[in-house]
Amino acid sequence: MFKRLLSNDLPRDRTLAVLLIALLIALAFAPFIFPGVKALGIAAKVLVFLVLVASFDLLLGYTGIVSFAHTMFFGIGAYGIAIACTRLGATWGAVAVGFFGALALSFVLALIVGLFSLRVRAIFFAMITLAVASAFQTLASQLSDFTGGDDGLNFKLPELLSAGLSFSEEPFLGVALNGRLLCYYVLFFTALASLLALLRIVNSPFGRVLQAIRENEFRAEAIGYRVVVYRTVSSVLSALFATLAGVMLAFWLRYSGPDTSLSFEIMIDVLLIVVIGGMGTIYGAAIGAALFVVAQGYLQDLLKLGSDATAGLPWLSALLSPDRWLLWLGVLFVLSVYYFPSGVVGRLREMARDPQSKH
Amino acid sequence: MGLLTTTDLTVRFGGHVAVNAVSCTFQPGTLTAIVGPNGAGKTTYFNLISGQLKATGGSVTLNGADLSSASASTRTRAGLGRAFQLTNLFPNLTVLENVRVAVQATREGAHRHGLNLWSIWSDHRVLTKRANEILESVALIDKADSDVASLPHGDQRKLEVAMLMALESQVFMFDEPTAGMSADEVPAVLNLIRELRQDKSKTILLVEHKMDVVRELADRIIVLHNGTLVADGEPAEVIASPIVQSAYLGVVSETKAAA
Repeated sequence: MFKRLLSNDLPRDRTLAVLLIALLIALAFAPFIFPGVKALGIAAKVLVFLVLVASFDLLLGYTGIVSFAHTMFFGIGAYGIAIACTRLGATWGAVAVGFFGALALSFVLALIVGLFSLRVRAIFFAMITLAVASAFQTLASQLSDFTGGDDGLNFKLPELLSAGLSFSEEPFLGVALNGRLLCYYVLFFTALASLLALLRIVNSPFGRVLQAIRENEFRAEAIGYRVVVYRTVSSVLSALFATLAGVMLAFWLRYSGPDTSLSFEIMIDVLLIVVIGGMGTIYGAAIGAALFVVAQGYLQDLLKLGSDATAGLPWLSALLSPDRWLLWLGVLFVLSVYYFPSGVVGRLREMARDPQSKH
Repeated sequence: MGLLTTTDLTVRFGGHVAVNAVSCTFQPGTLTAIVGPNGAGKTTYFNLISGQLKATGGSVTLNGADLSSASASTRTRAGLGRAFQLTNLFPNLTVLENVRVAVQATREGAHRHGLNLWSIWSDHRVLTKRANEILESVALIDKADSDVASLPHGDQRKLEVAMLMALESQVFMFDEPTAGMSADEVPAVLNLIRELRQDKSKTILLVEHKMDVVRELADRIIVLHNGTLVADGEPAEVIASPIVQSAYLGVVSETKAAA
């Protein structure tokens, strides 16, 4: 039963299984284990990135397609909800319009980009997606009547999901039972369902064809698969899940702007997370997203502690200044890519298969 | 059925004519060996038939249906299967997965040629069973779960043949199937071809340099030289003909003399 839920694709390493269960428990009970606005915000961001990165893994890790347009679909999801709720008011109807409108737009765009450009060589496809994503970003900031331009859009969601709504006067285990908590659990179960769905897709007969195409496109075509069809389906699916991640982001932030969803920085974060977690594993997206988002959120705090503790040594203290957090994040990535080229999940699985292997 | 015909099949690379107006009909139940010196255009001829290369002129038909403008994948699904001279596999998938991906490509079933997104790969037992049978027949079953990248060269060659078997084609095209194999691995592959010959509905094309193999297996030999069909007929008669002695065997003995 449990094995089938994971589509017969078990973690295949005890450490990895323990990590995944710990992550699942931490995210499932985050509002109770980590009280506080910041901690819950980070947990929610982990959930959003988990879906975003897992959907990118379908494209990069399983199909071998490099796309820079992934945040465009993420942005379409976020802006879909934002624009619909701004224009039509904070109703469930507006949310539905925004959600399905965003999915439809992503579907059409991914289909067009796929059919027109997945025939060409990988490097050209990457270039085309870069161009389309840049054009879309410019469009979003230019159409400021619609999108709020560079300021983005603040909007309200239906009352059920807002902090103002209380389900009970009494806090449960010290946590207020309000719309915000409900919103978190909507995100949690959406992320869990998406991850299991993606796991199912990559372990279907379709998923193996994608891997075959990644391994040897020429031979996949030679044994009878129309490669462009499979690549396009993969790219459309991946776009739809990215859109869903964008919707989750909008639900949580009640805001949508270029910096939170469309920016190129997020694209680079996604690329890094998928590499750190382990490409072509899906589980890597979960591990990578948790590591990255938590590091991003808490590195500054950690550095502040370090900086204060080393106040006696001015040069060390300066190096550990919280302003240098990006430098340290960079160092962490260089090290992790150097020592775990196959990602955390890949490395753990290698060790499970061959316990003697070192690096 | 598996009646394959090429009519005036031609391909030019710039000024060089690699395959020059080759017209030939291959009947089901026959094994035709294609021989000729290196660079004669044998593999190019295969590429034109299976669609890896687009012809500049002429046509390819299977059972009367014109496949000249069809893609390689369409031709494979229509029944033209081939193996490659240079091993051409999916390195980071297991041996079993390689063969099963090939089985799934041409078989009908609930997997819908791999467009089924919502079933679990390992649940398609019929496909796995078929893939295991094929691995058994090429003596690779012990290595079913190894990654292809870790296989020795000889095993990769066997897997190359297994992939062709998995396609369950009407036309089987072998491009030097035993090249690079050690002497003890050759019989398994040759047995497979012998068995395939018993099935009178299959058409087999074989590019092979070893003349003893050709003599034993072929019902017919065609000879290519500089992209042109220079001889076609019964093995004994073709091997004895003066044109082959000078064009093909002549070249071989010259190289031997040079070496």
